[in-house]
Amino acid sequence: MTEVTELSWPEADAPHTREVLLNLGPQHPSTHGVLRLVLELDGEYVARVDPHIGYLHRGTEKLAESFTYTQIFPLTDRLDYLCPPSNNLAFAIAVEKLLGIQAPIRAQYIRVLMAELARISGHLMITGALPMDLGAMTALLYAMREREMVMDLMEMISGARMHTSFCRVGGVREDLPDGFFPKIREFCDIFPNRIRDYERLVENNRVFLKRTQGIGVISAEDGIDLGLSGPNLRASGVDWDIRRDEPYEIYDRLDFNVITRDEGDCYARWRCRVEEMRESVRIIEQCLDQMPEGPFQIDMPTVAFPVDKDRVHCSMEALIQHFDLSAYGFKVPKGEVYSAIEAPKGELGFYIISDGSQKPFRMKVRAPSFVNLQGLFGASNARFLADMIAVLGSLDPVMAEVDK
Amino acid sequence: MSVETTLIRTLIAERFGGAIEELGFSHGVHAFAAPLDMVVELCRFLKEHPALRFDFLSDICGVDHYPEAPRYEAVYHLYSLPNKWRVRIKCRLGDPPRVPSVTGVWRTANWHEREAWDMYGIRFEGHPDLRRIYMWEGFEGFPQRKDFPLRGYKDKLNPFGAEGPPPTQPDLATKDIP
Repeated sequence: MTEVTELSWPEADAPHTREVLLNLGPQHPSTHGVLRLVLELDGEYVARVDPHIGYLHRGTEKLAESFTYTQIFPLTDRLDYLCPPSNNLAFAIAVEKLLGIQAPIRAQYIRVLMAELARISGHLMITGALPMDLGAMTALLYAMREREMVMDLMEMISGARMHTSFCRVGGVREDLPDGFFPKIREFCDIFPNRIRDYERLVENNRVFLKRTQGIGVISAEDGIDLGLSGPNLRASGVDWDIRRDEPYEIYDRLDFNVITRDEGDCYARWRCRVEEMRESVRIIEQCLDQMPEGPFQIDMPTVAFPVDKDRVHCSMEALIQHFDLSAYGFKVPKGEVYSAIEAPKGELGFYIISDGSQKPFRMKVRAPSFVNLQGLFGASNARFLADMIAVLGSLDPVMAEVDK
Repeated sequence: MSVETTLIRTLIAERFGGAIEELGFSHGVHAFAAPLDMVVELCRFLKEHPALRFDFLSDICGVDHYPEAPRYEAVYHLYSLPNKWRVRIKCRLGDPPRVPSVTGVWRTANWHEREAWDMYGIRFEGHPDLRRIYMWEGFEGFPQRKDFPLRGYKDKLNPFGAEGPPPTQPDLATKDIP
């Protein structure tokens, strides 16, 4: 078999019963997608766990090699489908680094604003789903109510609720719509109170606390060794946030706290995310206050469509450029880049090797959920089968991103 | 050239002499090329040196440079949590590709290496459990190699695949290394 967690038995001298192999998944509501865990059980104790992944493997990386850079955006949407704008942003930054360009400031604000909305949408899912996995159904229903507001905002910006594909290399697709600011301000006013509601729903739920506090503890050393990132690692007391430590876009102009907790258990991981949503609201408010007027797309005919679309109809050059970009894409200079951002799930990195053509020679996605799922091996005191569900839920893997 | 670049270069040169080739600094990452027998040693050195402390393995990635030779490459991305530096280690591999596993240095390397094995057939020697991770058991071939057709090979489950039988790859996972 495989190298998997060896757990210490509670009573070493107890009579050893027959071990049972249990297939958890691939179709199981608490595996958050199509994950199959092969569990070796001794009674109610989990002796070994062996995750089988790949049920959603779509070959994003292989496909990307035959797509132009603009065509890859929709592929990145489908990695972590709870927060596509973050994935778009990570990919756009990587390509922009290769091209040696930067999006205009307004575009950067719009992207950050959308990425933070996406963070809220992603974290809302686990805020509700972890209690639901453990039997507290109510929080999910309320979380979905607020997630609907985020979806509406996304729809208002991009026309799509989930797969926004709103980023472009060198900017965003279009400017923010009229009437957007009052809508999002309203959301920012309502939402912090709603976060308090979720906390009240769950904080006094003794079953939830018993099943998460002190369960599935991952130490900081183990977390780093296993490659955890994002809230999963911060819940173990590692103060690391790429937004602050390697600022990209306009994060260095924003004031926000990095939430860390020391316990490293399931509750800490859940708690970290809930509190991060508050910080996200603060970031969005600052974005709204600071957002300057200006272009939303870089003025660079070789990379971006003409901002003024009317030019396509009256200028030959603009028409040729438009045709060229649509039909063949743009060339990216030879080179390689690894660029990482703080996605809701953790470090989302794109490693792109360009051979100077319109398509990447190799695109590797460092998917945070893929690595975070290995946290299952680090949760040292998750002994019961039921604890496995809590650990899995608190690690918050999105299977589409795990399987790429 | 910044202070950190000089420091990383000097320390590596002191320890390994000329064996590790410097590939320059670009887009926030220091790149080095290591020969295949030095990868593990270099990783351990970067992780454990008190001034460097590259304690976080971000990613391991396989690359196929077909039809160039040597054809394959393993790329490691390391991050230093205390110093906020990034390092890339590149290692060119022949055909069939083999490289020592770094699972002894970071446990997280386990799945990254399984992925590179699954997609490129890079054999990580000393890996405790080198099975396919995405493709199913019994799948033949390594789908992300450049000579593997995008739609796969035609068979009864895949009528739109490319003509030609799937290549029978020797299952290196079950064979001992001579």
